[in-house]
Amino acid sequence: MLTKRIIPCFDVKDGRVVKGISFKNLVDAGDPVELASYYCKEGADEIVFLDITASTEERDSAYSLISTTADHINIPLTVGGGVRKEKDIYMMLRSGADKVSMNTAAIQNPDLISVSAKRFGSQCTVVAIDAKRINDDWEIFSHGGSNATGKKVTEWAKESVERGAGELLVTSMDADGQQNGYDIALLSEIKKIVKVPVIASGGGGKPEHLLDAIQAADVDALLLASILHFGSYSIHEIKNYLINNDVEIRV
Amino acid sequence: MLKITIIDYGAGNVRNVYRALSAIGIEALISQNQDDILNSDGVILPGVGAAQDTMQHLAEKGLVNAIKDFVNDGKPFLGICMGLQALFDYSLEGGKQECLGLIPGKIVKFSGDLTVPHMGWNQIKIIKNHSLLKGIDNNSYFYFVHSFYPEPIDNDVVLTTTEYGSDFASIVAKNNIYATQFHPEKSGEIGLLIYKNFIDIVKNSTRSD
Repeated sequence: MLTKRIIPCFDVKDGRVVKGISFKNLVDAGDPVELASYYCKEGADEIVFLDITASTEERDSAYSLISTTADHINIPLTVGGGVRKEKDIYMMLRSGADKVSMNTAAIQNPDLISVSAKRFGSQCTVVAIDAKRINDDWEIFSHGGSNATGKKVTEWAKESVERGAGELLVTSMDADGQQNGYDIALLSEIKKIVKVPVIASGGGGKPEHLLDAIQAADVDALLLASILHFGSYSIHEIKNYLINNDVEIRV
Repeated sequence: MLKITIIDYGAGNVRNVYRALSAIGIEALISQNQDDILNSDGVILPGVGAAQDTMQHLAEKGLVNAIKDFVNDGKPFLGICMGLQALFDYSLEGGKQECLGLIPGKIVKFSGDLTVPHMGWNQIKIIKNHSLLKGIDNNSYFYFVHSFYPEPIDNDVVLTTTEYGSDFASIVAKNNIYATQFHPEKSGEIGLLIYKNFIDIVKNSTRSD
């Protein structure tokens, strides 16, 4: 059976992992390469780096970071952040990323999704969506959640998939950082209208939240940040919990 | 020293296949040159993306005949993902795309209510024992990402199946041609075993020359 995927995610700026991560057993917890290898050995199903190239100047060092990371892990690596044009996607894939996630650039230029899907394939074209509840609906935000776009999340999810996105990474801005559970209503809504895999992001604070997102919204994968990085739970503990609750998980 | 060439036709993420081979001590050549291919002991065709683009790229670089000649020489050839699909007669991706025709059968799309692409870790069921599967247990997990899957005419080529909606062929082998629908280079330590076993097959074939 196809398993649900458990995906550690970190924000990488200037070659360093941002947001406090504390692990006793790591020499340098700010080193994305070391963290990625650590999670890979712990049983992560994929690794995601976000915010990797905020500015143009950082580009070359970001490519070399992707390359070094790919040298050290043998599970899929998704990178996102700073993607503006086709060449950025090409360079990230060429450096060793398996998938490239685009957010603001896709909103500003939806054709980038089509171009990426056509040239590199849907399997490596991920659209990341930051959604916030406005009245009875969800609106998508660009620029790391700071700019309202007026676009409805359902319409944007549908358009992204029609243009060739092979996967959606959906972050609830309301739930993000709260560790109070995923936005089940948002995820269910998106799962209902698209057939591509959906990665749930934002709000996972304990294994019960993950189980809930899987059972109630049928998401395909879970993006984990704080729940892992603060050392509250290990991947092993999370996976065991899900297995004991009859979720298909790779061990 | 073994000469292993990874075919680079401009798409595909060839570096990760190169990395997997490095991890098992093999320094492979990444090339799109016909002579490099023909002079190799073993060749790997990786690949992601669409069937049409893949076949177009292979044709543009004059690699269609090089691959066929290499295979007809009886030397070991390994296809990965799109590299598996390219080996069949044709693919229904983007209409009907003629492929290399080295394994009889076609490539069809997942249908029904399934989430597509079939993306993530899924298990293999071993149908037939083979040296490519040495040390690999039944029900092992590998990383898949694809929307189309092979339908071989001859069931005898099927080494493993994987269940997604129904059972499809996830590893095939015909004479000196071997192919996996999943990505061994993205499948952790067990994935490396596939490359290691392939390299052992190459070693044995050079010995018998």
